[in-house]
Amino acid sequence: MDWQALRLTLQLGAVTVLLLLPAALFAGRGLAYGRFRGRAVVEALLAVPLVLPPTVVGYYLLVGLGGRSPIGQWIEGLTGAPLVFHFSGLVVASLIVNIPFAVQPIQRAFETIPDEVRDAAACCGMGFWRTLLRVELPLAWPGVLTGLVLTFAHTLGEFGVVLMVGGSIPGETKTVAIAIYDRVQAFDFRSAGQMSLLLLLFSVTVLATATALGQRYGRRRVLPQL
Amino acid sequence: MSCRSSEFRLQVRQGRPVPFDAELSCRGGEVLALVGPSGSGKSTLLRMIAGLSRPASGSIRCGERPWFDAQTGVNLSPQQRRVGYVPQHYGLFPHLSALANVEAGLGHLPRGQRARHARTWLEKVHLDGLASRRPAELSGGQQQRVALARALAREPSILLLDEPFSAVDRATRETLYGELAELKQELVLPVVMVTHDLTEALLLADRMSLLDQGRTLQTGVPHEVMARPVSAVAARLMGLRNVFGGRLIEHDAAADRSWIGIGGLRLASRYRPEFAPGKPLDCVLPDGAIRLPGITDRALPDGPNRVELSLVRLLPMGEEVRIDARLPGVEAMLHFQVSARLTEVLRLSPGGSVPAVLREDRLHLMAPP
Repeated sequence: MDWQALRLTLQLGAVTVLLLLPAALFAGRGLAYGRFRGRAVVEALLAVPLVLPPTVVGYYLLVGLGGRSPIGQWIEGLTGAPLVFHFSGLVVASLIVNIPFAVQPIQRAFETIPDEVRDAAACCGMGFWRTLLRVELPLAWPGVLTGLVLTFAHTLGEFGVVLMVGGSIPGETKTVAIAIYDRVQAFDFRSAGQMSLLLLLFSVTVLATATALGQRYGRRRVLPQL
Repeated sequence: MSCRSSEFRLQVRQGRPVPFDAELSCRGGEVLALVGPSGSGKSTLLRMIAGLSRPASGSIRCGERPWFDAQTGVNLSPQQRRVGYVPQHYGLFPHLSALANVEAGLGHLPRGQRARHARTWLEKVHLDGLASRRPAELSGGQQQRVALARALAREPSILLLDEPFSAVDRATRETLYGELAELKQELVLPVVMVTHDLTEALLLADRMSLLDQGRTLQTGVPHEVMARPVSAVAARLMGLRNVFGGRLIEHDAAADRSWIGIGGLRLASRYRPEFAPGKPLDCVLPDGAIRLPGITDRALPDGPNRVELSLVRLLPMGEEVRIDARLPGVEAMLHFQVSARLTEVLRLSPGGSVPAVLREDRLHLMAPP
């Protein structure tokens, strides 16, 4: 068992969720309620990581954020460290590939709140923040939870993008998925099996818990499907 | 009750996205019914009043305060307008109890007073004892009462009701009519109620505005609007089917009567000097305008408009029979309803005929479009 890879993976998942969830909350809400030109294009762009092979996303990130690219050079000049083959690079890649997993369930959850409820909130004198905190989030939380779980679980299992952008540097970019691949390459099926089983159990437990919570507390609302 | 008294005025004109040419006014303590078919813009107008939808041009004013003015750029938010709004499906917050729903509208009160104030309002709408229930645990009528309590507890400047009785069963509706009629006596604020049901307008409204495709066709006391539509379009919108095109023949001022021609038929109406002889007009015959012989004496009332109706179709519907008949010399069909008993007594049948009087005082003339 590669505990270091496991710790790094959990760290990556936590950072991704912490950074992505607030942004996804407002993006999902904006897409659910916003009526603006180009909305379909924005939705399509946000969904691209779902259909594009992870290695393609990884390739563009590697080229776009690498040391030879203007953005990569600018970031390296600013932080003193390169993005690629570095934990921060993994975070950026993870944020991008997880956008649809975080945004879409949240958007669907906001969409299930009837317009009349939001209109009533406005006519009750509730402003933006009060409506969000007292009405919308209590009704949309199963979707927010789904977004959180999917993002976290997807980060644990991400392979292609991580390999392209981060390589396999122990303690820096080597996640469990990469470690499993390395162990199989070395014919160490025992370690690979242990880590695979751990990921499997973890994913099933988290998804089952989220589903159960959503069904128990969110049954009065339309629950976005996991 | 401490609702504020004020007069509300709205004037909206726009070509797009939905055409509107509407003018409304409603005094404090008055119930104005917005009546019209689906898609006539009733609910959109209500949303414009609430500040939930922005008109392209026009003005909305409550008392001295402009809520919206396209020229000066004033456009108060729903929060600033302080409206009591009851949407069609009530818009209750499903995760909150009835009490918390009412409290949600009381942000203007100190925190300590909100629960007490909300309880008082739940009592007023006969929901004490159900304060801790969530909307899903309440019946349709109870949900409507919570929504009404929430809207009124804010001490709004105006109360807006969007089809308030459409989502409840008939028995509940009858109860709610009574409760709203009682509540109306206490309210001193303007109430605008959207409905497509003319009976509701007759029962609850002091005035009604008839809307068609975003245009206010006619405003007035409900029974007067229904008895005297301004146009054939207005008449048809109110379900009056006997609208005939004709012309004015002559006036008889001495007899307080005008003579009109419909097809080959000459009929008397009340004296209407505003119509010039020879000019075209539309004429509406409400159900009450058509009198058949009585059940007991089989006699017709006195009157100048005696006609022989040719019966085309009789359709029994419960205790009533719907009849399609032709007036002599008139192309268009006449529709009316009589009791099944009268049909039996007079032995009415398709292909037969029956004498009738068209009451001149009920025969209403309208200018053609």
